[in-house]
Amino acid sequence: MTQADFNIVLPEVLIALFAMIALMGGVYTSKDKTAPLMVWTTAAVLAGIGIWIAVTGTGSRTAFGGMFNDDAFSRFAKVVILWSGAAILVMSEGFMTRRDLLRFEYPLLIALASVGMMTMVSAGDLMTLYMGLELQSLSLYVVASLRRDSIKSTEAGLKYFVLGALSSGLLLYGASLTYGFSGTTLFSGIIQTATEGHVSLGLLFGLVFLITGLAFKVSAVPFHMWTPDVYEGSPTPVTAFFATAPKVAAMALFARVVHDAFGGVVADWSQILALLSVASMFLGAIAAIGQRDIKRLMAYSSIAHMGYALMGLAAGTAFGVQAMLVYMTIYVTMNVGTFAFILSMERDGRHVTDIDALNAYSKTSPAKSLALLVLMFSLAGVPPMVGFFGKYYVLLAAVEADLAWLAVAGVIASVIGAFYYLRIVYYMYFGEEGEGLDRGGSPILGGVLIASAAAMVLGVINLFGVEGLAAAAAATLVN
Amino acid sequence: MDNLLSIITFLPLVAAAILAFFLRGDDASAQNNAKWLALIATSATFLISLFMIFGFDPGNTGFQFVEERKWILGLTYKMGVDGISVLFVMLTTFLMPLVIASCWEVKTRVKEYMIAFLVLETLMLGVFCALDLVLFYLFFEGGLIPMFLIIGIWGGANRIYASFKFFLYTFLGSVLMLVAMIGMYVDAGTTDIPTLLSHQFSFATFSVLGVEITGGLQTLLWIAFFASFAVKMPMWPVHTWLPDAHVQAPTGGSVVLAAILLKMGGYGFLRFSLPMFPVASDLLAPFVLWLSAIAIVYTSLVALAQSDMKKLIAYSSVAHMGFVTMGIFAANQQGLDGAIFQMISHGFISGALFLCVGVIYDRMHTREIDAYGGLVNRMPAYALIFMLFTMANVGLPGTSGFVGEFLTLMGAFQVNTWVAAVAATGVILSAAYALWLYRRVVMGDLIKESLKSITDMSRRERAIFAPLVVMTILLGVYPALVTDIIGPSVEALVTAHETALLDAETRMAGN
Repeated sequence: MTQADFNIVLPEVLIALFAMIALMGGVYTSKDKTAPLMVWTTAAVLAGIGIWIAVTGTGSRTAFGGMFNDDAFSRFAKVVILWSGAAILVMSEGFMTRRDLLRFEYPLLIALASVGMMTMVSAGDLMTLYMGLELQSLSLYVVASLRRDSIKSTEAGLKYFVLGALSSGLLLYGASLTYGFSGTTLFSGIIQTATEGHVSLGLLFGLVFLITGLAFKVSAVPFHMWTPDVYEGSPTPVTAFFATAPKVAAMALFARVVHDAFGGVVADWSQILALLSVASMFLGAIAAIGQRDIKRLMAYSSIAHMGYALMGLAAGTAFGVQAMLVYMTIYVTMNVGTFAFILSMERDGRHVTDIDALNAYSKTSPAKSLALLVLMFSLAGVPPMVGFFGKYYVLLAAVEADLAWLAVAGVIASVIGAFYYLRIVYYMYFGEEGEGLDRGGSPILGGVLIASAAAMVLGVINLFGVEGLAAAAAATLVN
Repeated sequence: MDNLLSIITFLPLVAAAILAFFLRGDDASAQNNAKWLALIATSATFLISLFMIFGFDPGNTGFQFVEERKWILGLTYKMGVDGISVLFVMLTTFLMPLVIASCWEVKTRVKEYMIAFLVLETLMLGVFCALDLVLFYLFFEGGLIPMFLIIGIWGGANRIYASFKFFLYTFLGSVLMLVAMIGMYVDAGTTDIPTLLSHQFSFATFSVLGVEITGGLQTLLWIAFFASFAVKMPMWPVHTWLPDAHVQAPTGGSVVLAAILLKMGGYGFLRFSLPMFPVASDLLAPFVLWLSAIAIVYTSLVALAQSDMKKLIAYSSVAHMGFVTMGIFAANQQGLDGAIFQMISHGFISGALFLCVGVIYDRMHTREIDAYGGLVNRMPAYALIFMLFTMANVGLPGTSGFVGEFLTLMGAFQVNTWVAAVAATGVILSAAYALWLYRRVVMGDLIKESLKSITDMSRRERAIFAPLVVMTILLGVYPALVTDIIGPSVEALVTAHETALLDAETRMAGN
């Protein structure tokens, strides 16, 4: 390992070292009593490294002979991942402490998962890809079953593990086929063998299996079955984490693989992605209608949103990648806010996740109701909320790439999807008064919720400059 | 003033923000403050908009008071008005203080109610001022949110169904327009409306999945826009959301819906469909004309059978909007003048009619026609005002209702005699349902026990109706007030439309 290589992976190394040291510290001191401190420290480390990457990162560099990339694209994704991870940690501390769920391993597993995700989005080689993916997945399997004495939580962890292992297997199979038919695991080498009209059947199979494995990770239909159960069964802070950072990482990795390794055969994967996209949008929209549990609802909502993000990717252009990045950033912001609300849903001190618990909520908590209303309309993609611009970007990318049919399907699915977001508004504002939720609640959660809603309104002015950064990021990926 | 339109558009929003952040409590004094602040804000908006109308030069057919700023993704924040849109801005600012004043008796969640209306005003004004496709869409769709809440929170017994139907119906129509807008951006490379007005969209026939599409891209875009505006208008047969929404909405919501929101559809046809897709408009004009004629006759007949006053007026609105679409797609000076005139006049008349229903609904809490009768005995002033607006609704000469109907019929007659003939029977039917409604509610002896103690209109209510009465009669006897302003712009629109069609013909012949 040369000095230059080391400098490039320094952020990952620092987080990993921090996690190791903190783990040792936790084991040899007072264990779970240190947990709240660990959560705050980890959040600070993640946020700090995120700021560091955002401020100092320039240019494009590669390390370890092209296995690891540091470019605008990876930095964009890393900052979103780290900040959303830090936000979720901050949100989960109070919730988990009060329910005696907080173990000191939790923040450290999140930190390790973050390292895995950072490796994923920087991957320049199939081996790096797999390493990052597994580090992330293994950490997440554990946190999914964090609540050891709950059947649902352990079920969620096991289900996630078994299906995750299956997807890893498919991905590995695809990787081995790709290696076998291109003779290299480096993306930069694969792209030279996979050129228009000269792509061998084996390589094509490799591509399809890789896409299948990645589609599992982003929970695109038809590889989505694990999502609702895992979302419902996991402790709510963990669900919040699943819905945000790993989705960004998997989507960014998706973009990396299809553009860096298979950028020469856009037509071959674009149609697969379009199909995944349209299936996800419709299934997400339709299946969510019948849900009574808000966590399951958010699971289907995330499936639908991944469909829209894939629409951007399916366009196969630099603008498509930009649209996807903008979409994912907006999606993460909305989901952080929504989960801040879900975490604060309590009745008589007990956590509830039934949607009808929201009945007449606007009468007791007008500010939080208004914030959630903004988020719901934003998730539905109704202007003038920022969520609309996410949809606008991906639709524009699709139409520009001659995928107008996909855009039409997307907007029709968004109308179906609007129904269940409206239903939440309906419960809050039009519902009859009944057994409601407790008032008040954690100021941190309320603050995050309102900040996220405010961002969805004020972002209309210039999207906080995300657009330009995403454009620069996309430009380094797609040439 | 360079930012006049932005000031007009966003002033109500600022007031809404002040209400939301600085007004605490829900007691009587807080409610009063909310009402007064809303009234002052909407009145101030109206006064400022007077600067706009007096500074407006009707002879200039281009856009005036234009503002332009960079926005995200090559979009621009561009506002401006021309002869077609300026009166809709005025209509909105004129009606909103009256709407707020009519909501004085609302008791539940007053602050939120006022915020919803103020936000709605900003979004409605934005629709008429926006000169960027996406900006237009932003305002156009955004209006659904406050209206959804107004119907859902303050509406009648069946409000949930009505609010969901309203939202999803109009949302479905609009999203197709969004895809078309994106298609236009990809084709023309800009979302700037003035530039798009002079852009020629291809009308070369092509086939999609084996189906030949005459008029090509223009037809596809036209259909997508039609899906949105026809629902918003609403045109038969996609009007079914309107009676539900009207019946369930509170009085203020009904007034805004009928008087302003419906006009967005007509405005959309005038701003986009007709000038941007001339070939497709020409191709599909007979289709629209016949839909309009059917709408006029059919919904008038349906109105005859209603037992709910609001539903009856809602169906009559659909019929009157039929005249508007007929006038627009006749695509000649009289037709377009008439269509715009009809929209403005319908804004006053239907708004006033819903207020009339509101007056007695506030007293009796029922909209059933059978629950009333002989009101003239106890409410002479009400009877007089209700009669004036009933006559205006029928289209009696001397009221503004006549001018619009006459001009649109004249325009349609030149293009398609049969459509005009069918539509003319609608005028008779409208007299039938409106007068019959009036007879059942107001005339006769006062025999119902419950009505014996009903009181006539209060001073506040009379004050609300006064401006509407003035406008209805003024426009009826002196229509030039409107036609002078819209005339040059409409003429330019008609000329451009005809040139585009001639041009297209020569190009088709050349091929």
